[in-house]
Amino acid sequence: MALINPKKKEVQVKIVYYGPGRGGKTTNLEYINKKFRSRIKSEMVTVKTYNDRTLFFDFLPFDIGMIKGYTIKIQFYTVPGQVKYNATRKLVLRGVDGIVFVADSMTLRQEMNIKSIENLRENLASFNKDLSNIPLVIQYNKRDLGKQGIPILPIEILENDLNSNLKAPFFPASAVTGDNIAATMKKIISLTVISLREKLDLGGK
Amino acid sequence: MDFTFDFNKNQLDSIENILEEELIGLGVECVVLIDLAGNVIVNLDNGKCEHDVYSLAALAAANFGAVSAMANIIGEEEFSLLFHKGENDSIHFSKIGSDLLLLTIFGKEVSLGFLRLKVTEANNKIKELV
Repeated sequence: MALINPKKKEVQVKIVYYGPGRGGKTTNLEYINKKFRSRIKSEMVTVKTYNDRTLFFDFLPFDIGMIKGYTIKIQFYTVPGQVKYNATRKLVLRGVDGIVFVADSMTLRQEMNIKSIENLRENLASFNKDLSNIPLVIQYNKRDLGKQGIPILPIEILENDLNSNLKAPFFPASAVTGDNIAATMKKIISLTVISLREKLDLGGK
Repeated sequence: MDFTFDFNKNQLDSIENILEEELIGLGVECVVLIDLAGNVIVNLDNGKCEHDVYSLAALAAANFGAVSAMANIIGEEEFSLLFHKGENDSIHFSKIGSDLLLLTIFGKEVSLGFLRLKVTEANNKIKELV
């Protein structure tokens, strides 16, 4: 849950980018870090392995100004996507307020996407959270690869695989070109802040 | 389990007073109380410290999680106290209750033994408040 500090009039909100390995979660944050540099007061923190894969997480704090007199500090995290790092993914999910699921559009990765969203569902359940009740945006990343002749899945199939029951807002996107990366981010911020409104009202009293 | 922490202003004031008295008074540079989700609950410093406490909190919570996993491998539930020594500055981590972590950053002029004593005192006082 978001942490509200009534003394500093500050709310810390945790948004986690989740998804299969090499799907573009870190690239999403790198794009945000570059594009919205003026709103980011510190450096992006990233804990990588020697071959540049995310080992622990990436962390990017992002200020969105004030709501009801409270400074809202959004804290973006990514998880390591590789299957073997599940313990780390669970750690990063602690206290999560909103999730972006970054799916890989490549046809080759269809199975990995399905496994990863199932893994997300299980990990949330271990914190007594339900994937269908948490603010969630799904991003179908790497749409640009289609133009380079690399086989990608149509959005309808991805929707059917991952979002048929959840009915979460979704965006076709490309983290490399930046297409719909800001739109994904804005949507998850808005869904998450709306979900916290009740708590913020209490805090404002 | 997940976190449902809410602190009211009085609790935060009391925690700040304890940290000010026990640790800033001792000469430490910076004290940060965080939860295990990586949120900053209270941070105080000696006025000369400009660390990025939000990134520090995220990494400290993760570090604590990683070290707890190491503890499990050798049959311990967790290591409730961690200490990282640097050339000039060092960090001391102490778990408070089940979900909070107190980080203390201090220089060479502060004795580790005395610091540990003071951290334990602050820890006990904060536990009574939360």
